[in-house]
Amino acid sequence: MSRLSADHRHVVCFTLNGQPVSAEAEPRMLLTDFLRHTIGLTGTHVGCEHGVCGACTIQIDGNPARACLTLAVQVEGASLRTVEALAPEAGRLSVLQAAFRRHHALQCGFCTAGILMSLDAYLREHSDPVESELREYLSGHLCRCTGYVPILAAALDAARLLREEARRA
Amino acid sequence: MKPPRLDYVRAATLAEAHAVLAAEGADARIIAGGQTLVPMLSMRLARPRVLVDIMRLGELRGTHETASDICVGAAVRQAELLAWPQLAARQPMLAAALPWVGHAQTRNRGTVCGSIAHADPSAELPLVLVALEGSVTLSTRWRRRTVAAAQFFQGLMSTARRDDELIAAVSFPTARPGHAYAFCEFGRRHGDFAIVACAAVVTHSSTRLAVGGVADRPLGRDWDGLSDDNLDDALNAFAYDLEARGDMHATARFRRDLVRRLGRETIAEARRCLA
Repeated sequence: MSRLSADHRHVVCFTLNGQPVSAEAEPRMLLTDFLRHTIGLTGTHVGCEHGVCGACTIQIDGNPARACLTLAVQVEGASLRTVEALAPEAGRLSVLQAAFRRHHALQCGFCTAGILMSLDAYLREHSDPVESELREYLSGHLCRCTGYVPILAAALDAARLLREEARRA
Repeated sequence: MKPPRLDYVRAATLAEAHAVLAAEGADARIIAGGQTLVPMLSMRLARPRVLVDIMRLGELRGTHETASDICVGAAVRQAELLAWPQLAARQPMLAAALPWVGHAQTRNRGTVCGSIAHADPSAELPLVLVALEGSVTLSTRWRRRTVAAAQFFQGLMSTARRDDELIAAVSFPTARPGHAYAFCEFGRRHGDFAIVACAAVVTHSSTRLAVGGVADRPLGRDWDGLSDDNLDDALNAFAYDLEARGDMHATARFRRDLVRRLGRETIAEARRCLA
């Protein structure tokens, strides 16, 4: 039986944005703090820290999930993606990110990383999303700047461009 | 808001999980999806000495059907059950209620049994389990027992689970011929806990309504041959018997009114499905 003691840090091994990573965490450490403070990837934001606001949403084994509702030790062996994985290369935005910029789908940007990670996963499975379903899906995220309308427009526009891209490929 | 100091056990076998519970009792807590437990740790509402992670136990994975029930193992996530293709055909009430449980992003991690274990009075899955008169299977290293939903939920976040037991599975009765089902909820925002939620099971000669979010646990009531003329009086009596209390989300009076209106709506929808 592997019992990780509260008194020590323990090695956690997982895949982060395609790269194998191992780092040490106390059993009580939240995945948000592990990603930001231990690994140093600060793109994942911390808002409410109890799962309501959605700012810390990342992808765990391909599925959007709250990093603040997960302990670092729980992701042993898992595959994680954070917002840092979205841009295809430095200085270039992904289709979804570029659509957010065109449609002014962010203002302060605090909620954006989480929303991008949710939508990135959603558009992979729903290439032609229905607006009402997108609205329900986005109910898991709070944005206090935009009023959500530009976020929906950006998501629908990105979906259209991704469909065209797929047709050309 | 950070969790308190605690040990963490990644159980490799069910026997290991049982052994920790037997040794540590109330100081141990099972963690599955963690969608309720982790915020409770962060807010220091729960202070266990050790967490036992059961998500790697193959025997707790998977949903299977018996002649009368859908049995959901303790490691089955809410999103997995929602994605089960037979769900709507096998139990439409469960298929209607699951999208109301948290958000897509929390259903990807949260488990069905975890929601039952937590026993929040306004949570959807405990309400469905009570409405359908399902059951909870509890196990220790030495014995297994099955508790009916009405006996399992004992009060505000308190259940019949003993300190050395873990929830191995929950059983939701499958839809039966001649029965129709409906679920309705009122909340401030989709994905928030319900202010009032109702679940109805009707046949041509009987009506059952269960209500969540009002009393300290989901409660059900049965009527024989309830006609439209008697419906309002019956719902009014039920609404008062639930002894609603007011809080920051809704007054007691508003909750009673929701029981009457939403209850009527839910029963009507189930009767439409029966027709």
